[in-house]
Amino acid sequence: MKCVVMGSNVKVLGKAVHSLSRIGDELYLEPLDDGLSLRTVNSSRSAYACFLFAPLFFQQYQAATPGQDLLRCKILMKSFLSIFRSLVMLEKTVEKCCISLNDRSSCLVVQLHCKYGVRKTHNLSFQDCECLQAVFNPASCPHVLRAPARILGEAVLPFPPALAEVTLGIGRGRRVILRSYQEEEADSTVKAMMTEMSIGEEDFQQLQAPEGIAITFCLKEFRGLLSFAESANLPVSIHFDAPGRPAIFTLEDSLLDGHFVLATLLELDPHSQDLGSSQLHRPVPQLQGHSTPHQDDFANDDIDSYMIAMETTVSSEGLRVLPSVTLTPGPQRHCGPGPHSEEEDNDEAEPGPVPGTPPPKKFRSMFFGSILDPIHSPQGPSPVLAEDSDGEG
Amino acid sequence: MKFRAKIVDAACLNHFTRVSNMIAKLAKTCTLRISPEKLNFILCDRLVGGGVSMWCELEQENFFSEFQMEGVSAENNAIYLELTSENLSRALKTAQNARTLKIKLTNKHFPCLTVSVELLSMSTSSRIVTHDIPLKVIPRKLWKDFQQPSVPDADVSIYLPVLKTLKSVVEKMKNISNHLVIEANLNGELNLKIETDLVCVTTHFKDLGNPPLASDDASRDRDPAEMAEVHVDIRKLLQFLAGQQTW
Repeated sequence: MKCVVMGSNVKVLGKAVHSLSRIGDELYLEPLDDGLSLRTVNSSRSAYACFLFAPLFFQQYQAATPGQDLLRCKILMKSFLSIFRSLVMLEKTVEKCCISLNDRSSCLVVQLHCKYGVRKTHNLSFQDCECLQAVFNPASCPHVLRAPARILGEAVLPFPPALAEVTLGIGRGRRVILRSYQEEEADSTVKAMMTEMSIGEEDFQQLQAPEGIAITFCLKEFRGLLSFAESANLPVSIHFDAPGRPAIFTLEDSLLDGHFVLATLLELDPHSQDLGSSQLHRPVPQLQGHSTPHQDDFANDDIDSYMIAMETTVSSEGLRVLPSVTLTPGPQRHCGPGPHSEEEDNDEAEPGPVPGTPPPKKFRSMFFGSILDPIHSPQGPSPVLAEDSDGEG
Repeated sequence: MKFRAKIVDAACLNHFTRVSNMIAKLAKTCTLRISPEKLNFILCDRLVGGGVSMWCELEQENFFSEFQMEGVSAENNAIYLELTSENLSRALKTAQNARTLKIKLTNKHFPCLTVSVELLSMSTSSRIVTHDIPLKVIPRKLWKDFQQPSVPDADVSIYLPVLKTLKSVVEKMKNISNHLVIEANLNGELNLKIETDLVCVTTHFKDLGNPPLASDDASRDRDPAEMAEVHVDIRKLLQFLAGQQTW
């Protein structure tokens, strides 16, 4: 494999690698006939990202030397990122970038041709790997949202950089709502600040989703995609379904396309919530309220009853700390760390098996599957994506 | 208890944001006192050995175009709230390009200060950012802890030099000693001194003005050249200086 990137495209490539580095620790590089694909997945398998650079993106693109099979490799994200670490430097000094993959030398060679005759050569050792391919189809998602990257960038601006998750949904009046999502800890006395951003339908190029729908996903991973989209000035499409099903974020132009697939929080079964504790309602985002500017109903703001109760009880703890809830077995999150939580998630995952996969791997299979394209992949055992810590094969 | 206020003027909003940023730099939690005429930010740190107190008073009509409040009761027409100061300054930060800002006391599962900002937007529809800042209501029996501190009669009153200069001097001195001696006189002279076993460093400021004396001020009979001195904890002083911004 050999490809050459010229001029300003080197910075674009660098930005894409920065974006991918926000998701996973390993980069899967695969030259295909329709372009060079860079893929990564996070350790808990709740986020997948892929950039495909078309042959036209390169000054020269050769997927494989004639007569040879297409190679693919897996390299450490940190190593690859270090080549493109300083985007400013890339823009100012790098004229050409050559990436070549040779199975004789077991190295991925990245050569940066810089100004003044300086040439930097990086030899990265790689591992042969199976194909990393997530099973997803944006067309199968009933709901879609599309907006210029700038709008979405402005939308996430009010949220603190440390915020892990955000809920996106459609509120009253067809307004798009982004709300900070905080996991409720029953014993925490310090509550976190809640921030909500409401944007009118007119700012979106496409909005095809019913009012009331909402999904919760990892904001940090989304920001990774957004930073690339903003620098490339591309619109971002968000394809999503019911909560619990992965959300697909796409961007494309004539030379590249990017797909980020993020798991979303599964909504708790409303029928099991008969304890009446307000904490239970938290994970189901309520999207009324702030959407219209005319909500100045003073009567709802009366907290006299709270105030009086505070003065008559000896300890106010009994009022403010609501009873902690024992949830139905297993955490309901898909963003949890490690394969252990995944096994439990399988009980909670949506019904509807993916054809040809055994039930215990339901969650993982919804997301990833074996793509046995007879032309490209070698015949062999079905793709193993990562070592399963339980040893279940 | 009800509270509702609105800011529509950009300059007022800017000013209010800067006050909030200053409070956030001084203390993690602060008390907000709301009364019909004023808004106060109060910090009472009663640690033994040099705690810092702060009392900040804002005339509400200088900031808010609308201001309505109803206190705990008719005789005690005030509201005392405790909140994390960084939350307020972060909420106000998003209001830089705001058309209007509304603040309300609400109860959404727990008492909150809801800050609602309508942003200027290119398109026809406006964008609204809402922040719910959780807070604790301070019961009436604790209100006496938050009274305005009485400032004792001063021996010397002096205008400080440019705070930025003062801050850089004190910052360097912090590396040498934990305590700073501040001395000043009625001739417009101010000295900052640190003393250790090995070294003494003094920075002199001259030609600073002194505020005019009140007619019954005890310091009238004082020799203008005589220095009055105090010892303060350098870190506390730096904390105060760090909170000040160039106005």
